[in-house]
Amino acid sequence: MPTISVDKAALFKELGREYTTEEFDELCFEFGIELDEDTTNSERPIVDGKQEPPQLKIEIPANRYDMLCFEGIALMLNIFLGRKPLPNYQMAKPANGDLQKIIVKEDTMKIRPLVSGAILRNVNFDQTRYESFIALQDKLHQNLARQRTLVSIGTHDLDTIQGPFTYEAIPPKDIKFVPLNQTQELDGEQLMNFYDKDKHLGKYLHIIRDSPVYPVIYDSNRVVCSLPPIINGDHSKITLNTKNVFIEITALDKTKVEIVNRMMVAMFSEYCTEPFTIEPIQIVSDHNNETRVVPDMSNHTTQAEISYINQCCGLDLSAAQICELLKKMAYIAKPSASSPDLIDVEIPPTRADVLHQADIMEDVAIAYGFNNLPKSFPSKSGTIGQPLPINKLSDIVRTEAAMAGWSEVLPLILCSHDENFAWLNRKDDGNTAVKLANPKTQEFQVVRTSLLPGLLKTIRENKAHSVPIKVFEVSDVAFKDLSLERKSRNERHFAAAWYGKTSGFEVVHGLLDRVMAMLKSAFITGEEGCNNPAIGDSHYWIEELDEPTYFPGHAASIHLRVAGKEHIIGAFGILHPTVLENYELKYPVSTLEINVEAFL
Amino acid sequence: MASDMTNPILDALSASDAPIVSNEAFPSTPSLNVKSALDRLASRQMVEYETIEKEVTSLTTEGEEIASNGSHEAKVFQAVVAALEGLKIGDLPGIVGKDNAKVGQGNAFKKGWIKKDGQLLRATTDSIVDDTREQLLTIQRTHSLDDQKALTDLKRRKLVAFQKVLTFKITKGPKFAKEFVKEETDLTAEMLASGAWKTATLKPYNFKAKGALTPAGALHPLNKVRQEFRSIFFEMGFEEMPTNRFVETGFWNFDALFVPQQHPARDLQDTFYISDPPKADPPREDPENDPHRPKTIIPTSTVAGKPLDYKKYWDDVREVHQNGKYGSIGYRYPWSADESLRLVLRTHTTSVSTYILHKLAANPRPARYFSIDRVFRNEAVDATHLAEFHQIEGVIADFGLTLGGLIGFMEVFFAKMGIHQLRFKPAYNPYTEPSMEIFGYHEGLGKWVEIGNSGMFRPEMLEPMGIPKGMQVYGWGLSLERPTMIKYGVSNIRELLGHKVDLNFIETNPAVRLEKD
Repeated sequence: MPTISVDKAALFKELGREYTTEEFDELCFEFGIELDEDTTNSERPIVDGKQEPPQLKIEIPANRYDMLCFEGIALMLNIFLGRKPLPNYQMAKPANGDLQKIIVKEDTMKIRPLVSGAILRNVNFDQTRYESFIALQDKLHQNLARQRTLVSIGTHDLDTIQGPFTYEAIPPKDIKFVPLNQTQELDGEQLMNFYDKDKHLGKYLHIIRDSPVYPVIYDSNRVVCSLPPIINGDHSKITLNTKNVFIEITALDKTKVEIVNRMMVAMFSEYCTEPFTIEPIQIVSDHNNETRVVPDMSNHTTQAEISYINQCCGLDLSAAQICELLKKMAYIAKPSASSPDLIDVEIPPTRADVLHQADIMEDVAIAYGFNNLPKSFPSKSGTIGQPLPINKLSDIVRTEAAMAGWSEVLPLILCSHDENFAWLNRKDDGNTAVKLANPKTQEFQVVRTSLLPGLLKTIRENKAHSVPIKVFEVSDVAFKDLSLERKSRNERHFAAAWYGKTSGFEVVHGLLDRVMAMLKSAFITGEEGCNNPAIGDSHYWIEELDEPTYFPGHAASIHLRVAGKEHIIGAFGILHPTVLENYELKYPVSTLEINVEAFL
Repeated sequence: MASDMTNPILDALSASDAPIVSNEAFPSTPSLNVKSALDRLASRQMVEYETIEKEVTSLTTEGEEIASNGSHEAKVFQAVVAALEGLKIGDLPGIVGKDNAKVGQGNAFKKGWIKKDGQLLRATTDSIVDDTREQLLTIQRTHSLDDQKALTDLKRRKLVAFQKVLTFKITKGPKFAKEFVKEETDLTAEMLASGAWKTATLKPYNFKAKGALTPAGALHPLNKVRQEFRSIFFEMGFEEMPTNRFVETGFWNFDALFVPQQHPARDLQDTFYISDPPKADPPREDPENDPHRPKTIIPTSTVAGKPLDYKKYWDDVREVHQNGKYGSIGYRYPWSADESLRLVLRTHTTSVSTYILHKLAANPRPARYFSIDRVFRNEAVDATHLAEFHQIEGVIADFGLTLGGLIGFMEVFFAKMGIHQLRFKPAYNPYTEPSMEIFGYHEGLGKWVEIGNSGMFRPEMLEPMGIPKGMQVYGWGLSLERPTMIKYGVSNIRELLGHKVDLNFIETNPAVRLEKD
């Protein structure tokens, strides 16, 4: 969630009254934004010899792009409080009737095909407004624009440049200009090197760096306005004295480019001499059918069902009451002439978050107050509680192991490749483990295929504990399984480890016998004969196992025959001293690990 | 028992009408031996005693040395006097020893016994009084010194030490007897067989000590809390979902939940993607033996429904993202099938809820589901974040559910874990609308804390599944770790989950009673 810092005194002035921190917190809570911090009583930074005035740090829901700046927060709260009407955005053509143009060249399809824009005339900037204007661009770049990859904004002093503008894509060597706040002219390649280590811009270079052509916006005199999505030209930069602002927005995403355009002009047209007046521009882009006049600041009209709203909210409101509530949430709504169950709703161009009547319904509930809604208990339908069978089985094994004196541990499921394979003297055949593509550390390279690494690491971290240490875990491991939709499957395992001055081999063996007995599985040595009715439907035996994980001659595979089917469900044994060394364990360890799913 | 003082004490008491004092009656017996005998006798009310604590002064080894042979400065003085023509400073250690020379020379100057004459030391007086030695001799004799300033000085020079000495004033108790009868330590099978128990005296039990440590296994504290939550769900009629599936597809984890493909949650910074195996299949019916297929105790005939059309589901999910459908304008972006088929480690168990709700759409009926299981986030690890944690998730599907019903349900659900004051804040979540953050008043912290998220699943998520429009579905979630950390005052999540957890914490953690703790 983005956090917006606003001047406390200025906001309260806009809202027409003072609030205590608690009162303002309450207002935010009801509206659905969050007061993160009021810096009135904190140490505030001193800039140019002046201490920063108290700030309110407000968290904005990730889909409210219309509240990413002071102007938007003040406007929405004022509408919510019934202090201001929704602005009526006016489109005004220039005096001569000819719209400013951006002519799009087809080559831009190779790198960043979309452009939009607008003009704000007679803007009255001051320092605060100017900073807010820059900060909003920054917030939009970070959030909706996904770090400028999808959309990027350039703003210019229109009086320094001359339309019509062209949006082109040309080889970097051929683009030459002085970047914003620099003095030296650079071409596209030099610019990449110049900003390579730049703390602020360096992270955006990758978006176009390796492309044979870079996107660029020229004015009619071949002045470079901007090299999106990296930087504007110094020539057309905005100052506090700028009167007429040209906004250009380039993008990969058709929907988002227009959302960004609408947010920019909606927030800052307030400062035009004629407030909320916007001069549209013409985009000429026939090759991809994107020729159009932008921005579209008309309200989106839709309908919502009164019965649906009342049903979901548990209310019984009239159409008029609903319309009144929606006014607080910046809609224009009226009972529909087409049906008594419908209201006609106009959604302002700034409410990009409204997709469905569910969103309108939620706004009715917010305006009504979540905490004022009539409470009920949804008990009209009887349902039957039941555990997942594998979890019920796991609980039996867990309880038996704990009752036998073992302690349950809960290590992580992700581990390093070595912990899962090499450190256990196991080889990766490439068909076993699920591997991660983008872990931040070596600790998380694979999804474990065995519970042993976690148990051994737990012992390693608990060497100060008295010995013997007896720990167990019942949890899932995962394996590749190309036959399934998700190409992998979980398997529920039970594993235990003994760490003490003697090997504990017989102790883990005894734990196996105990758990098997509790699962009604009989031990056989093979001499009884498998058809002996005395041994029942489920029985197990062990066979010597020769695997490098274990000490030679001191490991066994565990064989289970249940419902006529034979499974090798696991193994136990004394760990090989090299395994102990890998895990930095100085006493002998015996382990047991079985797959419990055969008992389902 | 060579040092058993029980009978000597009884003897001394019976020989005297007055109380006896231990250091007078048994001057050479260590007071610990006296005390253990007294405790034994006192617990049987044979004697009563009071402890007298006294501080005595005694000499250290170095102090003893000086008391016998004179102080360092006296030795230095003697050496200087002995050298008639004055003593070279460099020769001093050779005569009196290094330690004596260093300390003694300084003190002798201070006392004005010797002076420096070039490289030579000369005596300034013919005779001296070695007061340090005199003081130490007094202390040796009387264990005290009247001159407090001198005493402090001796203490500083580590020549004397103060020691606490315990003596006991002993009187006869109500059950005084002249002899201490031998006691049995425990009642044994032999005593029962022989009848010896009838005459034996059993050693009194120490009711102030703990019993013998009992060997015990233990369940993990986090799993104990998990079991409490599971019980709450079972009590309220919830069925547990098959969350035994760590690997999911972009489709089930995100797309089917109406999370757009450019959503930040899908960033490499937040989600673990799988490199091997490389790619999933589009959604399809799971094989009959798949362990994840929901198993229900309700007879199949009553819940079987129409077969699910997975192809239509996939197409409708694409449509609702890309162009909008079901009354939604959608996100209007080109939806990528490849992105949907990327394999991920599930970032929430809501992927499984989605899977189960899709199954429910075969025969839409009131249902309550829950799960508590591990989820994965590619986060930087710190005190409150791990790459893995447990998500608690509940889902209720029914016809005609209201937002007030969700609030009412939450009040009961959280009351069962001892949280009785809730309030709800509007929030944003891509797959619920309305979305409510749940805040609970924490008595201990004296403030409102966020305890979970909830909402009604969006029509854009439910309708492509085939869930009918009149059916609403509540969903809510919280982490298992956060309430556990608050309950137990654990500040670092790594002390609760993972291999760094202290086994002693696991073994001694009390039973979990959420409604009481």
